[in-house]
Amino acid sequence: MHDVALKLSGRIADAASSDAATDAAVLNAAALLPLVVRNLSFRAGGRSLIDALDLEITAPGVTTVMGPNGAGKSLLLRLLHGLIPPSAGEVLWAGMPPDREVQKQQAMVFQKPVLLRRSVADNMDFVMKLAGAPDVERRDSLLQEVGLLPLSAQPARLLSGGEQQRLSLARALATNPQVLLLDEPTASLDPASVMTIERIVKDASGRGIKIIFVTHDLAQAKRIADEVVFLHQGRVAEHAPAADFFERPTSSVACDYLAGRIVL
Amino acid sequence: MMRMVVVAAVAAVVAGLSAAPASASDKSIIVQSTTSTANSGLYDYILPIFKKKTGVNVNVVAVGTGQAIKNAQNCDGDVLLVHAKSSEEKFVGEGYGVERFDLMYNDFVFVGPPSDPAGIAGTNDAEAAMKAIADKRALFASRGDDSGTHKKERKLWEAAGVDPSRGSGKWYRETGSGMGATLNVGVGMGAYVMTDRATWISFKNRGDFKIVVEGDKNLFNQYGVILVNQAKCPHVKSRLGQQFVNWLLSAEGQQAIGSYRRSGQQLFFPNAVQQAMEKSG
Amino acid sequence: MQDFAEAFRLAFSLVLSGDADLFEIIWLSLQVSLTALLISCVIGFGLGTVVALSRFPGRGGVIVLFNTLMGLPPVVVGLLVYLALSRAGPLGVLGLLYTPAAMIIAQSILITPIIAALSRQIVEDLFCEYDELFRSLTVPLHTAMAAVLWDARYSLITVALAGFGRAIAEVGAVMIVGGNIDHLTRVMTTAIALETSKGDLSLALALGIVLLAISMTVNALGLSLRSTAGRQAYA
Ligand SMILES: Nc1ncnc2c1ncn2[C@@H]1O[C@H](COP(=O)(O)OP(=O)(O)OP(=O)(O)O)[C@@H](O)[C@H]1O
Ligand SMILES: [Mg+2]
Repeated sequence: MHDVALKLSGRIADAASSDAATDAAVLNAAALLPLVVRNLSFRAGGRSLIDALDLEITAPGVTTVMGPNGAGKSLLLRLLHGLIPPSAGEVLWAGMPPDREVQKQQAMVFQKPVLLRRSVADNMDFVMKLAGAPDVERRDSLLQEVGLLPLSAQPARLLSGGEQQRLSLARALATNPQVLLLDEPTASLDPASVMTIERIVKDASGRGIKIIFVTHDLAQAKRIADEVVFLHQGRVAEHAPAADFFERPTSSVACDYLAGRIVL
Repeated sequence: MMRMVVVAAVAAVVAGLSAAPASASDKSIIVQSTTSTANSGLYDYILPIFKKKTGVNVNVVAVGTGQAIKNAQNCDGDVLLVHAKSSEEKFVGEGYGVERFDLMYNDFVFVGPPSDPAGIAGTNDAEAAMKAIADKRALFASRGDDSGTHKKERKLWEAAGVDPSRGSGKWYRETGSGMGATLNVGVGMGAYVMTDRATWISFKNRGDFKIVVEGDKNLFNQYGVILVNQAKCPHVKSRLGQQFVNWLLSAEGQQAIGSYRRSGQQLFFPNAVQQAMEKSG
Repeated sequence: MQDFAEAFRLAFSLVLSGDADLFEIIWLSLQVSLTALLISCVIGFGLGTVVALSRFPGRGGVIVLFNTLMGLPPVVVGLLVYLALSRAGPLGVLGLLYTPAAMIIAQSILITPIIAALSRQIVEDLFCEYDELFRSLTVPLHTAMAAVLWDARYSLITVALAGFGRAIAEVGAVMIVGGNIDHLTRVMTTAIALETSKGDLSLALALGIVLLAISMTVNALGLSLRSTAGRQAYA
């Protein structure tokens, strides 16, 4: 397993522009690729919600996951992150299942933000303490980035929906992840905040962090995606480089989706 | 405000924790007692006198006579002070008590509502009154708790040839509680109650109730005192307990009992000395 | 209702005159119930948290047991503690019967299930809310426990207040194991029972009013805590 990790890390390290502090991070990030998903199934309530799904993600950068409501995007993210056990099949990050060791190198932003009943700053401190000592400077610079520094002392659960999403992202970044799993992180943000988040995500990607980004926003996907995975009824209907996906979708469901027609 | 409350709470807990292991101090005894002696205020009057003389703290657990005897049999007391002679003698006979002494007496009375449904007011024949109550099916509130008073009451029903249990829940109401609680119930529902005079005199919630029957020699109420036997209960504080019993029976203790007054009336009549004299004579 | 007017007058004059016996009784009530509360919180929060966070066979049974014991009648607790602490009982050698310690034990037994059951629910609910985040962050169990207890502190304080309310107001257990001994184990509720049995209803009611005032103060504190929590959306 380590051999794979080392081989792959060499490749990515060249591409990543980074300072000394993030070098180690970059190496580890690369260590988690490729992501290989084989025959993944998740059944509940007598339905196959994820249905013998196969997927291989080798490239760094931003992978956006798209698909109609109920396609299984959030479920897939949970399965990839190891939060729920699959009914069948496997998820392998650089050959390793998403156990605690792998989870430690990843961070997830949930579609519905989960915030501790504490202040904004305390939410940040909590995750930073897990990794080591809380670092006030870094915390404040992360909060500054998502525009929440003035609200540091506010109880997190009094934040607006968009502010909560931004805090979730800042908190995810505070854990120094190698992989960021983002479930519609800009769903209820105002246009300026959307741009901010996209820039943060792009920066992170630039530092070598692998991004898996669920979104319904076509324009956004076009702006940030390096590749697109299109889900439909628990299966991968299409997996293509972003340019190809938007110009020449091959599956009929993707065509309908892109054209704004209802996809069932 | 908040801080004050917190400080007070902490202080209370600290005090509670430190006070907890300290049980009743060394120079103290526990008296398992009938309620009437406690409720009438007798102990509040005589115990300070005893304490002043000897420095011994007397802690009184006031429950019904039946319960007091049970507790003493469990060795949870040093001295027993109750009023049910035959039970007391049984207690001593079984080895739980050292010796039983007559201590004092008063009497039982019947109290009832002014309407006097059984027509017994002003009489002095307990048996006849009870027959009348049963005949008229007039409400009667009984202790029903195996206390000394309850035992006495049952004996009187028997003597009157009445089986009140047939009227149980109808005219015969068993409260299963103490004298005071039973009086509260009786006054509340207009039922006759048999009570010791001491409790009645010191009872405050009499409403318009009056004594209806008194003066029958069968209504005599004798209190006895017993030291719990160390042979059965090794933890008993025999020396202090004996000291208390001796004092109660002494001229000084008897005088203290006899001088206790409530609303100008004497509640308990000491009769230990006569008995002692009878014995020696 | 002359009794009521009389009782209020008496209650005020008792409190205002700084009646030493009254304050001794109130102080002992607070000592006993607060100490019982402290013990129950340590045990109850511990049990509640462990059951909330762990999965083991018979867990459902334990929860049902907690909930059942919540309704334990005080006299039953009193009786059981009496049987245990009686000189004739297994713990008789300790000589604790008819002491404040016995009362503390009885009240602790009475309210521990309440605190365990209610805190179990609260901790479990909050833990459910945090669960995915904690697993995503691979938070160690002890850290997770501490975080949940801390974040649920306002709700848990309310639970503690409920326990305190039950402890300070119960009479059945302390009457049996304390014996209502003057200057030793007489607390507000047993004093009320005593005055009632003496037919001194206004004094009993006056004591009841004092008890009510204490409960009210405690509950007002709880409410203000909660509303603070509400304003801060910590609740
Ligand atoms: N634990 C579960 N038990 C039963 N059904 C579930 C469970 N979790 C999700 N589902 C169902 O699985 C399907 C996929 O859910 P998922 O949340 O992954 O959708 P999604 O693609 O993220 O949709 P959206 O765009 O609305 O966020 C939905 O139909 C949902 O109702
Ligand atoms: Mg979703």
